[in-house]
Amino acid sequence: MNVQDKIKQQIASDKIVLYMKGTPQFPQCGFSAKSVELLKASGAEFSTVDVLADPDIRQGIKEYSNWPTIPQLYINGEFVGGCDILTELFQKGELQRMVAKTK
Amino acid sequence: MDRVEEIKKRLKKAFVPVNLEIIDESRLHAGHEGAKSGGGHFAVTIVSSCFEDRTPLMRHRMVYEALGELMNRDIHALRINALTPEEL
Repeated sequence: MNVQDKIKQQIASDKIVLYMKGTPQFPQCGFSAKSVELLKASGAEFSTVDVLADPDIRQGIKEYSNWPTIPQLYINGEFVGGCDILTELFQKGELQRMVAKTK
Repeated sequence: MDRVEEIKKRLKKAFVPVNLEIIDESRLHAGHEGAKSGGGHFAVTIVSSCFEDRTPLMRHRMVYEALGELMNRDIHALRINALTPEEL
């Protein structure tokens, strides 16, 4: 399976998928850590993919979304954004609504 | 709190760096115009995967943003060397 197919499968594997650096317990970047916090604060149940564990995924996810940085959040298979966008959505209460809809 | 410690605390929280070095260079500039307000001169070397795919300009902005009001109050000048682990 090529990288893009693998990414499609990962994104489809859960309603909310966060591509991040490190894990929720041990995030390796403050932006990844903050994204996890925002999701938790929104009541989300989510899966994560540690891009530092796989260089092909790390590069491939940027090509998949045409977005240059990590973290990246996907809800119901759709790219939502990175940490700044999550912060903005959370402040507006929009992230919480998007999470609630997945349940 | 010690200024270096405060800078360190904020940068750690924002970037979870694998390497972080802060040097207080204030004494080298003692007495010059910019140092009168009490703001210090510091040099930061920070290594974090957060800086991946960010231009040097963006990396500096990220550091300034993480330091927030310290930039106006406690820091008069900051030399920044922001790298990713791969660039080491």
